[in-house]
Amino acid sequence: MLLIENLWVEVEGQPVLKGINLRVKSGETHVLFGPNGAGKSSLFFAIMGFSRYRVVEGKIIFKERDITHLPPHERAKLGLGISFQRPPSLRGIKLYQLGKLMGKSEEEIKRYAEMLSLNGLLYRDVNLGFSGGEMKRSEIFQLLLQEPDLALIDEPESGVDVVNIGIIAEAIKKLLQKDMPILERKRSGIIITHTGFILEKVKADRGHLLMDGKIVCSGNPEEMFNEIKLKGYKECVKCWKKTL
Amino acid sequence: MLEKDIIVKERDVLERVGFVLDEKERSGSFILLDNEEMASNYSEGVTLYSMGKAVQEIKGVKGKLWTLVSKEKDQWTKLAASQPPRGYFIHVAKGVKVDKPLQACFFIATSRLTQTTHNLIVLEDGAELHILNGCATASYVNMGLHVGITEIFVGKGAFLSYTMIHDWAEQVEVRPRTGVYVDEGGKFISNYITIKKSKITQSYPQAIVEREGSAQFASLVYAPANSIYDLGARIYLNGQGASGEIISRAISGGGKVYSRGHLVGNAPGIKAHMSCDGLLLEEKGSIIAIPELEANHPDVEMSHEAAVGRIAEEEIEYLMSRGFSPEEAKSLIIKGFLDPEILGLPPALQQEVNKTIEMIGEGSL
Repeated sequence: MLLIENLWVEVEGQPVLKGINLRVKSGETHVLFGPNGAGKSSLFFAIMGFSRYRVVEGKIIFKERDITHLPPHERAKLGLGISFQRPPSLRGIKLYQLGKLMGKSEEEIKRYAEMLSLNGLLYRDVNLGFSGGEMKRSEIFQLLLQEPDLALIDEPESGVDVVNIGIIAEAIKKLLQKDMPILERKRSGIIITHTGFILEKVKADRGHLLMDGKIVCSGNPEEMFNEIKLKGYKECVKCWKKTL
Repeated sequence: MLEKDIIVKERDVLERVGFVLDEKERSGSFILLDNEEMASNYSEGVTLYSMGKAVQEIKGVKGKLWTLVSKEKDQWTKLAASQPPRGYFIHVAKGVKVDKPLQACFFIATSRLTQTTHNLIVLEDGAELHILNGCATASYVNMGLHVGITEIFVGKGAFLSYTMIHDWAEQVEVRPRTGVYVDEGGKFISNYITIKKSKITQSYPQAIVEREGSAQFASLVYAPANSIYDLGARIYLNGQGASGEIISRAISGGGKVYSRGHLVGNAPGIKAHMSCDGLLLEEKGSIIAIPELEANHPDVEMSHEAAVGRIAEEEIEYLMSRGFSPEEAKSLIIKGFLDPEILGLPPALQQEVNKTIEMIGEGSL
């Protein structure tokens, strides 16, 4: 599904990703861990092709196609989707209207809005004045409408109350076809998370630890998360240095 | 009057500014065709006369003219004063609430014409009316001058919404002069919408607001290359607890937009706010926001905010990540920026204006 080879990315001349290698197979869910500023969101933005994230070296292959230099909307059309940690507000564009423009039927829009308890927000301007939790739900809602083959989900649970975390986790499971038998699952996802709530509900196949723009460790996501929770990232650094 | 040849022929132009030929949708219709007046009223409690007829037949009309706008104000008021008064006189009786909008159209059908109008609107206490004014030129006209004097009296507890949609030709010069008086507890909303090129449009209406009354001036402007829009409003908040708001949304596609505003707080407990938002799409264009606040009493709450700039790249790319092309994303953001919902119109009028923005927007953006 996704293959990233030796990816180096700069933002305004500053390197933010320093030689990322990553492979996500069809039907797999991966998790990205790492301290603030490690480059997790930057990796998502680079995969999506946002203009501030300049690829200086390496390749991004999606569905066997080199997308390294494609603009974001063409990547979206190929089946990439992203949910933002902090999405911008769109004045005068209603959430419902956006769904319609994405080519969805009223019935589908209403169904997903129901699932994410977003009914009250459908006729509001996208993200404008939304609470933290409402924003996250609106992001996942848009992804559900978009039906991407690879979903990049950036901190879906930060700032969300316990009840809504449950709702979001259920929606992500639906998005990633977790209700289907493993062999039939086609959709893949990468999730950035700092808490265990999502991991408990959405089973992931592989975890990666990002530090200073590099993937320093990969493995079983639950084990990795428990290690980080117990000992912090410092321990990971030690482990990583040992392998150098 | 709606069967007239020229009106039927120019139906599309008229509909773009909210003027429909189906009388059932309106409470009354008025047209100034070049300098010829036509009025027909279909509502009880409402008097709709052409001004020519009103000054002759209705007592007190003549005495009210030039009381809120000074004849000597500038060359344009002087020009209008030198002409016989043409326009509409609208009177709504005490307590009469009219649901359907009343429509008026100022239509220039002859090139190089100078059209002068003088309108008077009187809402008695507790009355309610929604006026939809459309200004347009016939499809073949490209030059002209429109000078419009409008004087508005909103009675105690009355409510008037006054919406104006402009769709002038490229070489038309537009000089409206408007004065409004809002009596105690009255409410006045003015909306100005223009999305087409005209040479120069300059307007600076003034409102006086008494105790607990309110006035709002909102404008949605799209200024293409070579157009100048100099728009503003002044609100004198003279009575205790009066409130005033000026909202301006301007997009420059190469044209020049001044968005001015002057809020004057003369009484305790008044509230006033002004917001100017500007989007610059082209390097050649400019948007100049000039908000003024004048507090003449310590117990006032007055504020303004202004933000001018280009479309945020972040918003474009956000939409692109949902599969929209950069052009589609920009067009969506621009249409959203001119969202008529900020006008606070009654639902029926809102739909009307939505349709118009959609129609004009498709053509010019």
